[in-house]
Amino acid sequence: MELILFKVGLVVVLFLISLLIAAYSTYAERKVAAFMQDRIGPNRAGPIGILQPLADGLKMFMKEDIIPQNANRFLFILGPAISMATALMTSAVIPWGPDLNLFGTTVSLQVADINIGILYIMGVLSLGVYGIMIGGWASNNKYSILGSIRASTQMISYELAMGMSIVAVIMTTGSLSISQMVSSQEGSFGMGWNVFYQPLGFLIFLVCAFAETNRTPFDLPECETELVGGYHTEYSSMKLGFYLFSEYVNMFISSAIIASLFFGGYNFPYMQVVQENTSQILFAVICTGVFLAKILFFVFFFMWVRWTIPRFRFDQLMDLGWKVLLPLSILNMLITGFFILLNN
Amino acid sequence: MAAALFYSLSLICIVSSLIMIFHKNTMYSVLFLLITFFSVAGLYVTLNAQFLAIVHIIVYAGAIMVLFLYVIMFLNMSHIVSFQKSKVIKIAATFTGLMVFLVLTASLSSATYNSNAVAGQDIGLASTLGRVIFNDFLIPFEVSSILFLSAMVGVVIFNKKDVIDE
Repeated sequence: MELILFKVGLVVVLFLISLLIAAYSTYAERKVAAFMQDRIGPNRAGPIGILQPLADGLKMFMKEDIIPQNANRFLFILGPAISMATALMTSAVIPWGPDLNLFGTTVSLQVADINIGILYIMGVLSLGVYGIMIGGWASNNKYSILGSIRASTQMISYELAMGMSIVAVIMTTGSLSISQMVSSQEGSFGMGWNVFYQPLGFLIFLVCAFAETNRTPFDLPECETELVGGYHTEYSSMKLGFYLFSEYVNMFISSAIIASLFFGGYNFPYMQVVQENTSQILFAVICTGVFLAKILFFVFFFMWVRWTIPRFRFDQLMDLGWKVLLPLSILNMLITGFFILLNN
Repeated sequence: MAAALFYSLSLICIVSSLIMIFHKNTMYSVLFLLITFFSVAGLYVTLNAQFLAIVHIIVYAGAIMVLFLYVIMFLNMSHIVSFQKSKVIKIAATFTGLMVFLVLTASLSSATYNSNAVAGQDIGLASTLGRVIFNDFLIPFEVSSILFLSAMVGVVIFNKKDVIDE
C-alpha cells in the first residue's frame, strides 16, 4: 500500500517537474536565442522576465478558441491531446536516481521498472506522430496536411536509424531495462559511460533525437517559410499551446533518454567515495541532481543547435536519414558485435 | 480480475474491428484499427508476453499504420465513397468470404482448448524468446528473414526499373 502511494506521488512529482521544466524551457529558449542574437530577450514579467512562462500560459488560455467550420471537430481536438499524452508518457520508465532503503523496504526512483523499458520508449515515441498527423488532417487545410505528411515521413525515416543505434547499446549492456542500462554504466570510477564505448551510436542517436522532436534543423513539419505554420496552422488558444508545449516536453524527455543511455544517467565520477561519506537520502539527492544537470545541458544543446544551424531541405533530410545514418548505424552494430565476439 | 480484463479487452477488440470494417470514412477505419491493435497488445500483456506486446505496437501501430495514414492523406481517400462493383465481383467476394468462414470454423472446432496454455512466468521475455528462436527454430527464422529480404529487394528493383527506362 505504501509502495503504491509512493509510486502515485512519484508520478505526480514527475508530471509537475516535466511541465515545469517544459514551461521554463520556453523561457530559456527565448533567453538563449536573445543571447545568440545579441538581444536582451523577455525581461518585463517579473525580475529578468522570470514570470514570462506564466504570462504566456495565461495568454494562451485567454485567446479565442477557434475550430474551423470544415474541420473534423472530434479529431481536431484529439490531435493535440494525443501529442501531449504521448509526450508525458515516456518519463515513467526513466530511472531518476539510485534505489532507496526507506523503512526497511527498497524503493526505486522509477515509476515502472519494466524489463523492456527501452522498447516502451520506442513504442511511445513512434505513437507521437499520430497527434501531428490527426491534427493536421482534421484541420482540412492543405498546409496542415503537407506539414503532417512531412512529419510522418520524417518520423519513419529516422526511427529506423534510432532503433539500430539503440540496438548497439542493448548489445553492450545485455538488457532492455533502462535501470540496468544506467547501473551498468557505473564502471570502477563512475565514468563507464556508454558514450566512450559507443561514440558513433551516440552521434546517430543525437541526430535522430533532433528529428524525432521536430527541432531545427529538422523542423520541416512546421516550416513557417513554406507552410505558414505547418500542421498547427489552424490551431489557436490552448490547443496550439498543447502542440508547442509537447515539443518542449519531448525535448526534456529526449534529453533524459540521451543522458541515461549514453551519459551514465545518475552516475558521476567519485560516486563510490561520495556514497561512503554521505547519508543515503543525501546521496540520492546528489545523484538526481547530477542527472538533472546532464538533462538540462542537453536541453540547452537542443536550443544551441536551433539558433546555430539552418533548416534542411526536404530531400537533404531524406538523404541524410536513409543514405547516411541508416548505413552508419548498421555499421556501428556490426562493429559492436565484432568487439563483443573478440572479448569472449 | 484477469478474466474481467480479458473480457473487456476482447470486447474492445471485437467492437473496434467491426467499426473498422463498417465505417465509411477511411480515416476513422484506420483509427479503430489502431484501437484493435492496442487491445490485442493488452491481451499479449495478460499472457505475460510483454516483449511481443510492445513489438506489436512498435511495428503495427508505430510503422505500418503511419504508412496507411500517409497513403490515405496523400490520395485524399477520406471522403465517403460508394463502391460501384459489378455483380460478378460481389458474388465472388461473398463466396470467398463464406469459404474463409468455413475454413476458420472447421479448424477451430477441431482445436483443443487448454486453459493452462501459459506455461511459465518468463515465457514472453525477450531473452526466453531469443533462446527459443535461435536454438529450436533457427532455420525457419532465417528462411523467413531471407524471404523478407528478397521481398524488400524486389520492391526496390521494381521501383528502380522505371528510373532506368526514362
